[in-house]
Amino acid sequence: MSKVFIALQTNDDTRPIIEAILADNPHAELNEAPAMVKIDAEGSLTIHRNSIEELLGRDFNLQELHLHLITLSGNIDETDDEFTLSWAN
Amino acid sequence: MDMKTSGRKLGLKEKYAHMTRGLGWETTYQPMDKVFPYDKMEGIKIHDWEKWEDPFRLTMDAYWKYQSEKERKLYAIIDAFAQNNGHLNVTDARYINALKLFITGVSPLEYMAHRGFAHTGRQLRGVGPRVACQMQAIDEIRHVQTQIHTISNYNKFYNGMHDFRHMHDRVWYLSVPKSFFDDAISAGPFEFMVAIGFSFEYVLTNLLFVPFMSGAAFNGDMGTVTFGFSAQSDEARHMTLGLEVIKFLLEQDPDNLPIVQKWIDKWTWRGVRMLTLVAMMMDYMLPKRVMSWREAWDIYFEQNAGALFKDLARYGITMPKCVETAIKEKDHISHQAWATFYQYGAAAAFHTWMPTPEEMDWLSSKYPDSFDRYYRPRFEYWREQEAAGNRFYNKTLPMLCQTCQIPMLFTEPDDPTKIAYRETTYKGEKYHFCSDHCQHIFEDESEKYMQSWLPVHQIYQGNCFPEGVDPTAPDFDPLAAVLQWYHIQFGADNLSFEGSEDQKNFEQWRGMATQNV
Repeated sequence: MSKVFIALQTNDDTRPIIEAILADNPHAELNEAPAMVKIDAEGSLTIHRNSIEELLGRDFNLQELHLHLITLSGNIDETDDEFTLSWAN
Repeated sequence: MDMKTSGRKLGLKEKYAHMTRGLGWETTYQPMDKVFPYDKMEGIKIHDWEKWEDPFRLTMDAYWKYQSEKERKLYAIIDAFAQNNGHLNVTDARYINALKLFITGVSPLEYMAHRGFAHTGRQLRGVGPRVACQMQAIDEIRHVQTQIHTISNYNKFYNGMHDFRHMHDRVWYLSVPKSFFDDAISAGPFEFMVAIGFSFEYVLTNLLFVPFMSGAAFNGDMGTVTFGFSAQSDEARHMTLGLEVIKFLLEQDPDNLPIVQKWIDKWTWRGVRMLTLVAMMMDYMLPKRVMSWREAWDIYFEQNAGALFKDLARYGITMPKCVETAIKEKDHISHQAWATFYQYGAAAAFHTWMPTPEEMDWLSSKYPDSFDRYYRPRFEYWREQEAAGNRFYNKTLPMLCQTCQIPMLFTEPDDPTKIAYRETTYKGEKYHFCSDHCQHIFEDESEKYMQSWLPVHQIYQGNCFPEGVDPTAPDFDPLAAVLQWYHIQFGADNLSFEGSEDQKNFEQWRGMATQNV
């Protein structure tokens, strides 16, 4: 199975996002680099709005990810509640 | 306003559908084919533009909101950088030379990407891709502006950045990135999107922006890491557009497959060749290194592009053949490129140097199969010669590849001791290439590439001297005249880092910043 990934800047806003992604995707791996993190996952990775909101304690719009996103890989499926990256093979 | 609202907010999918489906119309005063004259000329068949779906589903209101927030964050940091003499916090003044290459070689491409996407968006009759191209066109002009603003803080203090736009159109090594974009923008709209959106953004920009910008952070350059990541947050959207255009074309008609495959093959190689400059920046120009070029290549090309091509196999797309060559070359290109720039350091708008003994040990550890065997002896020799006052500058102009315009510095894929030369004859003229792949690209579109503006040929033809000079005068120095025409100031912008004005100033200013003098 191929790996998908998402890379985010490391800052105060992304801490709860990264935490939520890792909690919701136990198969995901965190790779830290200067000023950024890259989260790799076999097959697919899903980001849930609810999980981020719970950690953040406020409403969160998944499109806020755009502010901190560095790069990603995989086919994207985005709704109001979920953001999924996946490969077909 | 009296307008009644339902009270329920539209979801992401509905909002996106309204913007990209409801706002288009069929023209009646003029036939659609006359309004959109280019989107059929490449042989691409589109049956249903409505099938275009942008996975991010970004609408204009959200776009402006997030982009303005990105700008506010970035400019706050640029202000802080300027107010706190941020340029003195970089690890070592050698690092600034990577920024010189960036502003002269990369930033003007952002502007060309702006023009290209503005043009392409206009030429597509489907609203979905048109909107996506429009947003990308606005992103790209934002990138060039933020890069100029950030790097202008270095231009106040250091040499080589004062006339980046003028240099981009003239200087020999800058013809490599320039011709890459000129090649893409002079193609049809779909080829442009595959070239830039897919091969460049999706397959290759991770290698340009991610490890390099993380490297800028590692080297204390707060301004560059911020514009880099700010730009890169848009790139994630651009990559998605790049992947979407491929899937869209392949799903529309089986006849599109061979055309798209040909573009992927061509542009992957064009991109791989251009990344030689990035390879050299990562291995040689960042005093503190995050990862080697080879490591970045393994992660972002072999793993990531490998996954991508496996995914696209369902449409019949195969990994481009040139990838085999690129994999064989990954242990070599950064060293070969830096060796070339070191030799031609008198004709570059940045400083060059030989790596220190510790840096050579780092290179040996990252390139166990190549560095000690093929490059270290040469580099140590040059280092000794420079220390002895015999700094070597090559004054013989190199032969260039007709397609990628890089000097013929690459070796045979299976023999790193032999320079690779390929040639072909077209309409009675001989053309030279660095590789089989550049030769094939030329042979497929000879009428296009025979027009290449090759800097070395132009110099020999006398087209690169300032107006009014007399090349027949007894004391005429052709290379000095070329540098004047480039606007490179001899002794300030070029030559070795060791002994440069930049080196002296940085040391002195940093001393003033840390002591009471």
